[in-house]
Formats: sequence, structure tokens, C-alpha cells
Amino acid sequence: MTTSTRPEPAAVSPIAAVPPLNTSRPRRSGRSSVGEPHPIPWVYVVLTGGLVLLVGPFLWMLLGSFRPDRELDVVPPSFLPQDPTLDNYRTLFTELDFVTYFVNTAVVAVAITLGNIVFCSMLGYALAKLTFPGKRVIFGLVLGTLMVPGIVIFVPLFVLVSNLGLVNTLPGLIFPFLAGPFGVFLMRQFMQSLPDELIHAARVDGAGEWRIFRSIILPLCKPALATLGILTFLTSWNMFLWPLVVAQSEERYTLPVALAIYAIGENKRDDGLLMAGSVVIILPVLAVFLVLQRHFVQGIAMTGIK
Amino acid sequence: MTTLTASTSESSTLRPSRRRPDRGRRREVVAGYLFALPFLALFAVFTVGPVVASFLMSFTDLTARDVRNPLSVEPVGLDNYAKLLSDDTFGQAAFNTAYFVVIGVPLTMGLALAVAVGLNSGITRLTTFFRVGYYLPVVTSIVAVAVVWRFLLQPDSGIVNTLLGYVGVEGPSWLRSETWAMPSLIAMSAWRNMGYLVVIFLAGLQTVPKEMHEAASIDGAGAWNRFRYITAPMLRPTLLFGGVVTMIGYLQFFEEPFVMTRGGPLDKTLSTAYYTYNQFGFGNYSYASAMAYVLFVVIAIVTFVQFRLLGDRD
Repeated sequence: MTTSTRPEPAAVSPIAAVPPLNTSRPRRSGRSSVGEPHPIPWVYVVLTGGLVLLVGPFLWMLLGSFRPDRELDVVPPSFLPQDPTLDNYRTLFTELDFVTYFVNTAVVAVAITLGNIVFCSMLGYALAKLTFPGKRVIFGLVLGTLMVPGIVIFVPLFVLVSNLGLVNTLPGLIFPFLAGPFGVFLMRQFMQSLPDELIHAARVDGAGEWRIFRSIILPLCKPALATLGILTFLTSWNMFLWPLVVAQSEERYTLPVALAIYAIGENKRDDGLLMAGSVVIILPVLAVFLVLQRHFVQGIAMTGIK
Repeated sequence: MTTLTASTSESSTLRPSRRRPDRGRRREVVAGYLFALPFLALFAVFTVGPVVASFLMSFTDLTARDVRNPLSVEPVGLDNYAKLLSDDTFGQAAFNTAYFVVIGVPLTMGLALAVAVGLNSGITRLTTFFRVGYYLPVVTSIVAVAVVWRFLLQPDSGIVNTLLGYVGVEGPSWLRSETWAMPSLIAMSAWRNMGYLVVIFLAGLQTVPKEMHEAASIDGAGAWNRFRYITAPMLRPTLLFGGVVTMIGYLQFFEEPFVMTRGGPLDKTLSTAYYTYNQFGFGNYSYASAMAYVLFVVIAIVTFVQFRLLGDRD
């Protein structure tokens, strides 16, 4: 069901893109939509209460990451750290090898994102704009695998990757996810809305198929590519089950794997350190999410227009 | 099959707008395959192949020892599936998964719907702020979320029990209690996933024409009745989509118990996906595959049933 990270029972499926596709068409219709004739204060109260519940744990995590060991078991806990320290972060990056984990995670996520952008847009173009035998079968097959749970392909995938000698390598984390079905679906939908005349005109002018794709179609697809890129990046950054199995030695860990390993088992670390580790995992994702949100919304709006 | 699709492409070339010299058409066919090739090669090797292999594997006795030579295994028919039926731990895992889904899906959907209705009720300020805030847990690594929640739920020094203490309630040791471990995981999952549904439901709510609400208001319909008779029916496709996606995700839950409870206490939070992972860890590859396929079939059936029950009745 998930794109790039199939063997993930993750709930953040990149299907997340689908609903927002319609979101923005009547965007800000909140203003005009009817509820009560005048804005209702209690709605704000309830929503703000909910927001506190949703954001509260993140705040607690951030505060916890600055607490020294001895402050973690104090009953009752103080709201602000009494004796704030950066020791937890120092330990992460000096004693433990979070720099390596961070780099691994980034390499894997970026590679998977680029792969999906290239391969999904190519197949998406073929399915949306070119006529060739077998097209429908291919689309049906790709769409059909959207529903297959990751755990189903997990075992044979591991056997395969073992035989390719890719266990405990970064390519072993990347290859299985370079071509996910969701991206094909998204790109095909978007490209179908582009006028055929563009392509016909380019052909008349003597442009080759690759040139048409590269110089005419792709630039028009920027919004869809941005949507695909951000969703794939987020999912790959957070991917867990597969790296847990394939990244077997510490120098191959990704951030979620390292955090999970330090949270359980023999290598268990204290909570302050785990909170700091969580902050490190979340920050880049948060940055990507906040910075690209505008781009993302824009892409959604354009997909919605059709 | 090929001839069939070939003939469709044939007929489409007959349409006037598609009329092009034969050479151009051949060029298009070649281009089509070349554009499709890179994706399809990867997809065949890493997705379609494994889906088929997993199915075949579940009828063999493949274990970790056969990894280098996976074709040397013996067929065992339905033995793995028969073993599942008499495996008490699998029964417990299946029950836990059902528990998680049956309580978790409606809870998550209900909360998300309430928030979406609130966001759509005419408020104009802070909407972006709310949306980002509610969406934040969705984009966060589930491992980080689980680690933080474990910290929140600590029996003595955790913030949850501290706050409960202020109102005179002595909170349990949430994650070590056979009774409370699963509800804790459900609460955390609802917390994490509702933002995604809020976005979906909001999109659905915005398609409900405001004129209908205005007309109903003039006729004297109250807020609840307008929701019940106008919004809810028009929202059915959106609710269906949200329900199916959430359920598919929840049926596969794994990281939450993995990080927070390790499936305990006494397997009370062991999920089907987690048990499958454990069997894989023990080297029982074919048994794990059989289990995964059972989960797949359940997902397919439940999805189908949901579509039948809630889909277009017209």
C-alpha cells in the first residue's frame, strides 16, 4: 500500500497525496462555508485543546532532550528542565555514531526519492500519453500492488537481497524501493491532464520522444514531481521494518533503526538520550515539511484544477 | 491478452485525431516500451517477483538455512496453513490485531471527523496553524513517536500519570498492564494518524455545497440534523476511503508494539505483523510467508466488504 517503502506497515502511506488533491480547489472555503452565522469561540477552544494534545508530546520530547540523567526519574517531573544540558546531543554525535546514521538515512531517502521521480515519471508518461500494446495490463498490475501489505513480500525480498549480496549495504536498503506503484499512479493522473496538442506539435517539429518528455512534459510536471518527491522522501526517511532487517551492523543503521535499537534490548540507553535522538530524526522532516508546504499546496492545487 | 490490447491500440489509431503515418506509430510503440522498461524491470524483480514467490514459499518448508539455495526446498502442501490454525500465539496475535482495528479505526475516524468539522465550521483564523499542528505527528517517524509515548506513559515519572495525579487519579503502569497496554497503543495510534484523516475529511467536507446547508437552515434544521442528513451522506465516499486506508494500515501495525512493549505483557500487544516478523527472525521463512498471506487475504476481504457495505448503494 505504500509507495517507496512497501515492507512498511506504516500508516503514513503516500496515498496521503490523494485526498489533498481535492483539498485545494475550494481552498479557504472555510471562510465561506456555513456552520453558524458567526464564528464560534468554542470551536477555537476545542481545536486549541486538541492542538495542545497533539503538539504537547513533541514539546515534552524537546524539553526531555535537555534534561540530564538524574532529572528523568524525578517525581513529579518539573515542566522546564531544572538544569538544562546539551550532554544528550553531545553523546549522540560523539560517543554514538549518529552522524553516520544521519548520513545513511539521508543517502537512502534521497536515492529512493530520485529513483521514484525518474522511473515513475517515465512510466507515467508512457501510460498517459503513448499508445502501445499491453499498456492496460501494466497499469492494472502496478495499481494492483498498491494494496499488497509490505510484510507479504518481505521474506522473498530478503532471500533475494541476500543472494544479490546486498544485505548490510546501503544499496540493499535502496534498490527494492526505487520504483513504487504510487508514483506511477500520481504521475499518470497528472500527465493525463496535459494537452495532447503539445506533444503532437513537438512531433511535427521533429522532436524525439525523449526530448519531448525531458523538455516539454517534465517542466510542466513540476508540481506533481514536488508532491511525489516530498511524500517519497518522508516515507523513506521514516522507513523502519526493512532497514531493521537489512542494516545489520552499526555503520549501516538508519536513524529509526538506531533509535529503536537504543530504545530496547541490551544497548538500552536512557530516555534523555532517546528524546534527543527523536529530535534529530524529526527536525529534517519538519524542515522539509514546513519549507515545501507551499510548493506542496501549489502542486495539489494544480493537480486539482484539471 | 496481448492481442486484445493490441487491437485496442489499433482501434485508437483509427480515430481521426490519432491518424499518423505508420512509421510514427511504430516509433510511439517503441518509445512506450523504452519509457516503461526501467520501472518495470525494477518492479518485476523487487515487487511482482516477491509477491508470487511469497505465495509459492508458503507451500514449502523454506527456512533460513535455505537462503543460498531457495529452490532446493520440499513442497509441504497446506502444512504451514494448518499449523497456523493450531498455533495459539497466532490466535492471540490475530485477536490483538482485531482488537486494535475494531477499536482503533472508529476512534481515529471519529476524532478526525470532529476536528475536520470544527476546521470547516467557518473559522478563519489559525487554520493553517491547526492543519500543520494536526499533521505533524503523521510525518514523524513512528519510532520517535513510540519512544516519546513510552516516556510520557512511564508509571512514576511520566507526565500522563503526573497529570492524572493532580486530579486524584492513580494511573496504572500503562505499558506493563495486561489491561492497559493495548488501549495505550490504540490511543497513541489515533493520536498519530488522525491528522491524515483530518486532511481527507476536510477535503470531503469542502465539497458539500453551502447552499444545501443554507436551505436546510431556513427550513429550520439544526446543526446536528444538517450534519446527519446533508453532510454525512455526501461524505460517504470520503469516509469510505478514509476507513479503508486506515484499516489497511492498522491491520499491519508493528512498530508501535515493537518499540513500546515488545509485544508484551504476555503477548497482549503482539500483532499479526509482529508475529510474522518474529517467525522470520526464528528462520521459519515459509511459515512467516503463510502468515503474511493470511493477513493479505484478510485485508483484501475486509476492504471488499467495506466497499460493498458503504460504497454506492444506488
